Parts: sequence; C-alpha cells; structure tokens
Amino acid sequence: MTGTTQQAPGTTPTTTVGLELDDVTLTLGDGDSTVTALDHVSLTVPPGQLLAVVGPSGAGKSSLLAVAGALGLPTAGVVRVAGVDVSALNAARRADLRRRRIGFVFQSGNLLPALTAVDQLRFALHVAGERVGRDGRDPRTLLGQVGMAHKADRRPHELSGGERQRVGIARALVTAPALLLVDEPTAALDRARSHEVVQLLATETHEYGVATVMVTHDHDVLEHCDRVVEMEDGRLTA
Amino acid sequence: MFLAWRELWFARSRFGLMGAVVGLVAVLVVMLSGLSSGLVNDGVSGLKKLPVTAFAFDDGTAVDSAFSRSTVDRDQLAAWSAQDGVAEAALFGNQLVNAEGANGEAVDLALFGVEPDSFLAPAPDAVADGEGLGDATGIVVSDTVTELGLGVGDTVTIERLGTELTIVGVLDGQHTFGHVDVAYVPLETWQEIHSGALPGTEVRPEAYDEATAVALSVADGAELDTAAGDSDAATMTVPLDESFDGSPGYAAETLTLNLIQLFLYAISALVVGAFFTVWTIQRKHEIAVARAMGASTGYLVRDALGQAAVVLVVSTVVGMAVGVGFGALMTSTPMPFALEAGPLAVAAALLVGLGLLGAAASVGRIAHVDPLTALGGQR
Repeated sequence: MTGTTQQAPGTTPTTTVGLELDDVTLTLGDGDSTVTALDHVSLTVPPGQLLAVVGPSGAGKSSLLAVAGALGLPTAGVVRVAGVDVSALNAARRADLRRRRIGFVFQSGNLLPALTAVDQLRFALHVAGERVGRDGRDPRTLLGQVGMAHKADRRPHELSGGERQRVGIARALVTAPALLLVDEPTAALDRARSHEVVQLLATETHEYGVATVMVTHDHDVLEHCDRVVEMEDGRLTA
Repeated sequence: MFLAWRELWFARSRFGLMGAVVGLVAVLVVMLSGLSSGLVNDGVSGLKKLPVTAFAFDDGTAVDSAFSRSTVDRDQLAAWSAQDGVAEAALFGNQLVNAEGANGEAVDLALFGVEPDSFLAPAPDAVADGEGLGDATGIVVSDTVTELGLGVGDTVTIERLGTELTIVGVLDGQHTFGHVDVAYVPLETWQEIHSGALPGTEVRPEAYDEATAVALSVADGAELDTAAGDSDAATMTVPLDESFDGSPGYAAETLTLNLIQLFLYAISALVVGAFFTVWTIQRKHEIAVARAMGASTGYLVRDALGQAAVVLVVSTVVGMAVGVGFGALMTSTPMPFALEAGPLAVAAALLVGLGLLGAAASVGRIAHVDPLTALGGQR
C-alpha cells in the first residue's frame, strides 16, 4: 500500500491511483445461507487504464462494482477511491463521494426517461452541485465528443441502444470522476455497436485519465481493453 | 427541482389528470363554502344586524329552541337594566308566522317585536324606503320581501288570527331569520299576536308584560357579568353569536355542510397521496439510478415535494377561480349563496396543506430505494 491518508470527500487527493482494493471480502446473507460474493480480492487500477473484469454470471462481478462504487461496504478489507478510504464513510458521505469522484455507466444506459440527452448530463452536474463540470466539461461539448451532438435534445425513448450508451458514458464523465464503473455496457447491443461503445470507453479513459473498471461477459470486446482480469466464485483468477 | 419540472412536462397528461381531480374538488369546496355562507346569512342575518351583545332567555330554556320557547317578563328586564356594564336593555319578541298578501300570496315572516323607542328598533338610516316603526299595525320588513312583489303600503294578513299588518318601511339589505324574512313590529302588537288573541277580543293582561328575551347591549369597554345578571333576573344569557343556534335549522345545516367539506378535504388528500405513491413506485428504478449517481435522499425528497406543491397550488388556484366564476352566476339566483374571502383562503390553504401531507406520506418511499438495484438487470 502506498500509505495514502484518509481524505475528506471532495478534496483533491494527491494519489495517482484511481481504485485500490486491498484484500476485500464481501459476504452476503446471514446464518446458514451466507454467500461469499468477494473472496480476498486485491486490485489496483491506475488513472487512464481500462480494466475489463470477465467471468460467468454469479462470479461476483456486480458485487465488485457495488463495493468499488461505494454503494455497499465490504465485510473485510480496504476500498480506496482516489485515495479516499470508503469504509470510513457513512452513507451520506459515500453518496457525496459518488457524485463527485465516481461515474457509473449502467446496462442499457439507464437514462432518466423525462430528460433529454443534454439534460441527462446537466442532471448529473446538478446532483453534484455544479453548473459546469470541473475542467470546464460542458454538457454539449461532451455530447459532441461521444458523437451525440445531433441528438442532444432527444429523450431516451427516441434513441437507439448504442446511442443511449453513448449518452450514458458522457453523463458519467461530465462530473470529471476519478473512477468510472461500467456495468455490462454491451448487453443490449449488436456486435458492431458493442465494438463502437467499448472503443469509445477506451478513448475517453485515455483522454481524461480516469480509472475505468468494465464488467462484461462479452469476450469479443476485450481487444480494446488495457488489461483483463477473470473472476470466478468471488476470486480474481488472472 | 431540476428533475421535477422536466417530469411535470414529460408526464403532463398524468399530472394533468390528478390536478383536474384536485381542481374539481376546489370548485366543489368553493360552491359549498358559498352555500354555507349563504345559509348562514339566510338563517341569522336578521340577528347579526341587531345592535345586541347578548340575549337573556328565561332560565332553563335550551339554546336550540330558545327563540320559540323562552318567555321573559318586565321584572326580568328591570333586573337586567340595573346591572353594571349594561348600556341598553329591552324586551325582544320573536315569532314565525304565516301570512298572506292582498292577492292571497303566501308570505312567511319572522316577527321581531321591539318597542319603537328602544335601541332595537331599526335606525332611520337602515330604512331604505318608507319610514320606521311607530304605527301600531305598521311593520318594517327586510328588502327580500320586495322579491315577493310587496312594497310600502301593502297589507298582509296573519293566517288564523286575521290580524292585518301594513308595510310602512323596507329595510336596506337582507334581514332573515330561519330562512324567513324579518318584519319588525311594535312590541305591543307582537304581544297581542303572540298571545293568540283574535283582533277585537280581550287579551289576557299579563301578555303585555311578556317577550321572548331581554336584549342586552354592553357599554363600550365594559364587561358583562352574566353570572350576576342571570342570578338576579333568573335568566340564561347567551352571546349573540351563540344564539344563532336557536335559529331554526341553523346548527344542522352548518354541521352538514362542514361535514361534506371535511370529507372533500380528506378525499383530496387521499387522491394526492395515492397518486404520488403510484408515481414513486413507477419511478423506483430511476430513483435508484439517481441515488447511485450520488443524489442524496434530501435532494430527491425536496424534488418530489416541490413537484407536489406545484401541482397542488396550480390546480387549487385554477379550481377556485372556476368556482368563484360559477359562484358569481349563483348569487343572482334565489339560492342562498355568498362568497367570502376568509373562508375561501382557509379552504385553499387546507387543500394545499393536506395534499402536501398526502404526498409526504408517499415520498417517504424514496428513502428506502436501494441504489444497488440500479446495477444489473434490464428494466
């Protein structure tokens, strides 16, 4: 471990590590029916790296995202996001960490149906209490970068699956996160769209220097990733 | 309110339907409020316009029938006149009679028997047409009597007794008691009618001592010692506004209307609560996504309550405006209807406030949405 000290969320950490999992264990359920979702997982993702986590369903990929994304706390071990020890934070502080330092890209985009593409990005900024993203990340400019400038004022039901993912990626990046967590981005896409979307993720990861963890079972798209780890029964095997 | 405004526009037909329900309830509330005020006017406007602080009824009469059952005499008047703080005291006679006009038309009258020189007699500036009380068989009537086609100089005959009374004056504005037009009549004539004596026959002498109640007026700044006065005069004193319950049907009518309004408020709050419960459940997945993005519970609850407030205020204001519009049409009909700003403001505040309570009960669910459900599975 690099000996990073605990930081209050929102301050700029000095670490060069996006995500750090140190001997993390997560058990779910209680009594007789406990399941070990994460079994002594250690993992470090530096800024600017696109890491793919592959494995069969039930291997613990979603649990990894939940713990890395400060949605839940591990049973044992340490999780650091941009140098901040997540396990020391209460629920409100973890929410604060999520809106400032973590970006989520969900399956099939998970956009809010009432909002136009550009408003999806503005909403992320509004939640984070910002008008324009740090580093001057303007919603329309960012939509242009993911190739969605021409549909900035369309709502999700007017967009195709690939277009929704592009908007979802732009929404996750607009708050300038240190860590980008991507959940099965190609689950609802055909092969050509899948390659485009993962390629876009790789480009943005490198351009913005964000640590990206992508969970997928789609082995086709791994060629675009900087590093691939496999998961099985809650353990990293690669 | 970032999300709230955009959702209002996006789901405008759903919000519109719910707002329409609240708006229609607001229309109904305005109508009932107007009817309520109108009935109050119809029931007790004659009493309200008396310069009276309190009525002293004979001891032991029940308030709800005091005006028809109580009988007081001049000794009780004298006892009250001697009390401290009493500026004026006078005998007041009250009786509902059926009469008919010159052409046989039915005229119901609430006789107010007062001594023409007492403080109860209509003031000269309250008489719009004709003159005040004076002549023994001359009556001064509410201007609502003119709607029956009667005016100064016309004669009405009291049924069964055959007593003839002539209209000598018409008052300015509505004076009614128990939905019946008020006719001021000299106390002596009232006493003869009240005793049931036919014209020309002998009236039992003690009848000229009697009236329904002692009307009291208190000197400026003075306090009425009702306990001392009641014990001296053997009476039961009731403040003017409480004496309204003695007007026929008054208590039952106001209770019924208030009960209907109460139900409307409850229905409106439940509709709003049910709508926002369904709405919140429909949005569960979106709320999970927003929470995963880091939106705090407070942020989302403020957003939802702000949304409810917008819908409630807009629909209440529109509904009330429509209701007041209808009400303006109603006031020109014989329906007892009167719109007053005070009760309407209270009704608006209740509709919005109770609606917000209903919404608050449902948006509590937001706090229980697990952001983890944003991960995995498709919608």
